[in-house]
Amino acid sequence: MAAHEVESEVTGNVWKILVEVGAVVEEGEVLMILESMKMEIPVESPIAGTVSDIKVAEEEQVEEDQIVAVVDD
Amino acid sequence: MFHKVLIANRGAIARRVIRACSEMGVKTVALYSDADAQAPYLAEASESYHLPGNKAVDTYLNQDAVLAAMQHCGVDGVHPGYGFLSEHVGFAQRVADAGSTFIGPATQWLEAMGDKVAARETMAGQGFPTFGGSEALRDFEHARALAQEIGYPLMLKPSGGGGGMGMQRVDSVQDLETALHQARAIAGQAFGNSAVYLERYLSRPRHIEYQILASNDGRVMHAYERECSVQRRHQKLIEESPAPNLDPQQLLSTAGQAVQALTKLGYNNVGTVETLVDQTGATGFLEMNTRIQVEHGVTEMVTGLDLVQSQIRLAAGGDLPEQPGREGVAIQARLYAEDSITMMPSTGTLSRFRIPELFGVRVETGFGEGHTVSPYYDALLAKVIAHAHTRELAIGRLVVALKAIEVSGVKTNAALLIRLLESEDFRSGDIDTDIVNRVNR
Repeated sequence: MAAHEVESEVTGNVWKILVEVGAVVEEGEVLMILESMKMEIPVESPIAGTVSDIKVAEEEQVEEDQIVAVVDD
Repeated sequence: MFHKVLIANRGAIARRVIRACSEMGVKTVALYSDADAQAPYLAEASESYHLPGNKAVDTYLNQDAVLAAMQHCGVDGVHPGYGFLSEHVGFAQRVADAGSTFIGPATQWLEAMGDKVAARETMAGQGFPTFGGSEALRDFEHARALAQEIGYPLMLKPSGGGGGMGMQRVDSVQDLETALHQARAIAGQAFGNSAVYLERYLSRPRHIEYQILASNDGRVMHAYERECSVQRRHQKLIEESPAPNLDPQQLLSTAGQAVQALTKLGYNNVGTVETLVDQTGATGFLEMNTRIQVEHGVTEMVTGLDLVQSQIRLAAGGDLPEQPGREGVAIQARLYAEDSITMMPSTGTLSRFRIPELFGVRVETGFGEGHTVSPYYDALLAKVIAHAHTRELAIGRLVVALKAIEVSGVKTNAALLIRLLESEDFRSGDIDTDIVNRVNR
């Protein structure tokens, strides 16, 4: 089992987290929606697996390349 | 006329309104958040007022703070610009209650047009063409029955929405339940109104909109159409007037229908009637924006009308301007701080930001060199408008201008804009809402 770190592509704000730790997700499934410059930026799971960590909370600020979640395959 | 106008906005539109007011001898109050403390528009206003914080909800969307600024500065007019509180019924009412004039339509129109389903029914009731669509959906069973009636594919849209947020295509009944659930959640979060409705999904439509001006005593006119089909994520990238490759008589006739409908309704101030044109050339109402638009400059360049000044005069009880003619072609490109390929927004400090003066080119920007493009507000760096006798020349001018603008410190979509403008599809006027996908392929 390998842990895949999911990074934010943008500097912005966490708008909505759509999954919980332990959730089984498919590749491409939206884990959370960030908000930057009035745009919704979905953060998708890079792999099919289980969400093992969510490193941010709603309303929290994130930086570009910051790790926001971890998915185990 | 107003004595002092507060601009409840920021950036390029704040600057534009300040300029319009200054030319008419009207004093202005500019608002600024922490992040905007160095923005160029502040120096151009007669006064400025600080809204502590950065997030829109704490600053430009914070009604209490904006109303406190109004009281403190003693203004008699409030210009809401576009976005933020510009179409907010409650805010407009509070401005009026505080004894100031909200520079926009009466609150009944913000309300009637703010709900997309009600707006369509209102316009249809006055004989304006629509493509039909559902009422607000009660539940899945209701949605399924209505979807069956209209036919797939469908567009699921938030009733209180705008800007393309929360819109979803639904291809089959299998996708409907999930889509309904998601769209409702997003609509509720984003607009505080979880109502959603269905519309027929049009393949590769064109987005054509009509600029309206209306006096408080019930006279209505139009200032022709704008073609705004070049979009990404349902947000406009390139806008122009006149609209190429459509029958000018039909465009004028639809503009006339809009004027007629809004005259009967008694609409006032400025507004834009947005329509879709399907591949058979049929027009249907999309929505009405009850404010000045981002792309108003395109109409100003071809008609010579100052729409922002007209709007302020109308709000002060003034007459309609003379019906203008139209000269040449104007095309606007929206230069965004975002990656040209991934279209992801890009933040940073503008270590270089140089806009050359070019013949026939107008640039509206809220930024200056050394300023920071923050994640808190929209990514629009500049609106670049080229005006020329022919469409070909206007395209050429716009491409030259986009190549001449120097930006360092953030990524921009300039390469995408140039690719679009130079594409065979755009040059030949083969424009529709799918053109960005075709050119980016």
